[in-house]
Order: sequence, then structure tokens, then C-alpha cells
Amino acid sequence: MAADVTRLALLEARAQEHAADAAEAAGEGGHGAGAFDPMHQFEIVRLVDIELFGIDASFTNASLFMLIAVSVVSAFTIFSVGGRAMVPGRLQSMAELSYEFVAKMVRDNVGDAGQKYFPFIFTLFMFVLASNLLGMIPYSFTVTSHIIVTFALAAVIFLGVTVIGFIRHGVGFLKLFVPSGIPLALVPLLVVIELISYFTRPISLSVRLFANMMAGHTMLKVFAGFVVAMGVIGGWAPLAFIVAFTGLEVLIAFLQAYVFAILTCIYLNDALHMHH
Amino acid sequence: MEPEAAKLIGAGLASIALAGAGVGIGHIFGNYLAGALRNPAAAPAQFPNLLLGFALAEATGLFGLVVALILLFVI
Repeated sequence: MAADVTRLALLEARAQEHAADAAEAAGEGGHGAGAFDPMHQFEIVRLVDIELFGIDASFTNASLFMLIAVSVVSAFTIFSVGGRAMVPGRLQSMAELSYEFVAKMVRDNVGDAGQKYFPFIFTLFMFVLASNLLGMIPYSFTVTSHIIVTFALAAVIFLGVTVIGFIRHGVGFLKLFVPSGIPLALVPLLVVIELISYFTRPISLSVRLFANMMAGHTMLKVFAGFVVAMGVIGGWAPLAFIVAFTGLEVLIAFLQAYVFAILTCIYLNDALHMHH
Repeated sequence: MEPEAAKLIGAGLASIALAGAGVGIGHIFGNYLAGALRNPAAAPAQFPNLLLGFALAEATGLFGLVVALILLFVI
């Protein structure tokens, strides 16, 4: 009975996916002969169907790549420093460099009070970096190109930082929204503006990463479509552009991971030391 | 007007926001270059701020792109 329900739900979901694909193809029809559906690469495919208490907890390709990202980062950090050479080889150098990079970032932006949050920032940075870089492999899936993934990360960071602020300063944390040294008449307006800008932090944090990843991969797919469409005669120009743009995308993968981590450090600093 | 046509026009209008991203990024890098040419010794210390400023400016433009993509593929 439960299997029938699952199969029915799966069939319905597949039908919806087909309808969505058809709608996308209809929408894509005006894009030219070569651009075969650049949005298809973001589709989530169930690999193993699991249903828990009515919730669809299937193992999808997104879950698979998150698992691969975590395994890669763990293997990198654990096995590279296992030898503990005093003069590090290449792999150990890379691990030490990434540790030092994030440690310096936390120390510079949060100060000494933030040292206990270093493992979290390091994990965050390495996870986002690994997910972004894994997406550069052809035919793979970019985990961070889905708004739900980046929003989950950003929401956890936002809630965590707010809770940390309230634990540290109590109700005095609300003084964060009242900047010092302004005339009393402007205070209500400024408090509203500060509140709005505080609450847009998780949105901007998540959309920044999501939009960069999705726009980058969509562009790569569209230009790849041009290469195929323009064939042997004219296909070299878009191909050269794709090569250069893939390099830029790798740089953007690093940059977006760095910006995500450093903005988390800045928000944490705001909550821990409330000088605005 | 058909909804499909309205969606495409709306997406095109929303993409105009990327002009702001271009101007902002150019401004930031231009200022960094001007400062770095005046005081090359102080330039590497400001490199992280450069990257941060670039990402923040780019993000604002990409918010407009997200609206365009929502119009094309979600609504």
C-alpha cells in the first residue's frame, strides 16, 4: 500500500517534471537552434527513493554531490597532514595554506572572541568551495546552484549569529539597530532601515552564491550550445570564449566561497562586538 | 498582451539591472588601481577588501538577473 502510494507519487512527480520540461522547452523555443535547454542541468534526479513518514527523503543527485564534497574535503584534510612532515610536501602545504587562510580571516574579522567559531567557518568555507569546484566538472551537479541549499546555509548562519548576539548581550543586542551619534528625530526612521537591512542579510547571502553559480553554469551551457550549433566552421569562437570563461568560473568558485565565509565572519563580529 | 510575451519583456527589462553591476565593479577596480599606482606598497593589504567589494557589487546586479530568471522559468 505504501509502495503503491510511493510509486504514484513518483509517477506524478515525473509527470510534473515532464510538464515543466515541456514548458521550459516552449519557453526556450525562441532562444535559437543551438541552446538546448540550459536549465536541464539543474534538475534534481532521485537516485534512491526513500519515504520517511510521508516526507520524500529520497537520495538525490544533490545529496550524492554533497556527500562527495564532504568526503573530498575530509579526505583532503585528514590524509594530507597525516604524515606530519616538518617541511610539508605539496598536499600538506595546500591543507596548511587553507587552514592558515581561514584562520587569518577569522582572526582579522572577528578577533579573539571568534576563535571558537573557527571550526564552523572552516567547514563552511571548505564545503562551499568543494561544492562550487565539483560543479566545474563536466556533467556533474552543482549543489550550491540551488537556492534551497544556499538559503539553508544562510538561514542557519543568520539564526545562529542572532542567537549568539542575544546570548552574549541579552536584550541589549537590540542596540545594534540604533546607530550612535544621530539626532533623535531620525532615530525611528533609521531603526526601521537598520532592521530591514539586517533581515535582508540571509537573503543577500544566499542569493549572491546561488545567482553566481546558476548564472555561470547557464552561461557555460548556452555557449556550449552555440559551439554545437555553429559547427566546425564557426564553432571555434564560442569555444575559445568557453575556455576563458571556465577559467573565470573557477576563480568565481573560489571568490564566492571566500565572500560567503568573510561575510559570515563580519556578521559574527557585529553580533559579538556591537560597534556599528 | 499574452502572458508569455509579458514574461519575456519583463525578463529583458529586469536584465537592465546588470548595467549597475558593470558600473559598480568598474568603479571599485578603477579606484583600487588608482590607489595601487599611487601607493604600491599598501595595495596587497587592501586586496581582500577589493574582492569583497567586487562580490557585493556583483551580487546587487545578480539580484536583477534572478528576477529575470524567475520570470522566464518559474512563473
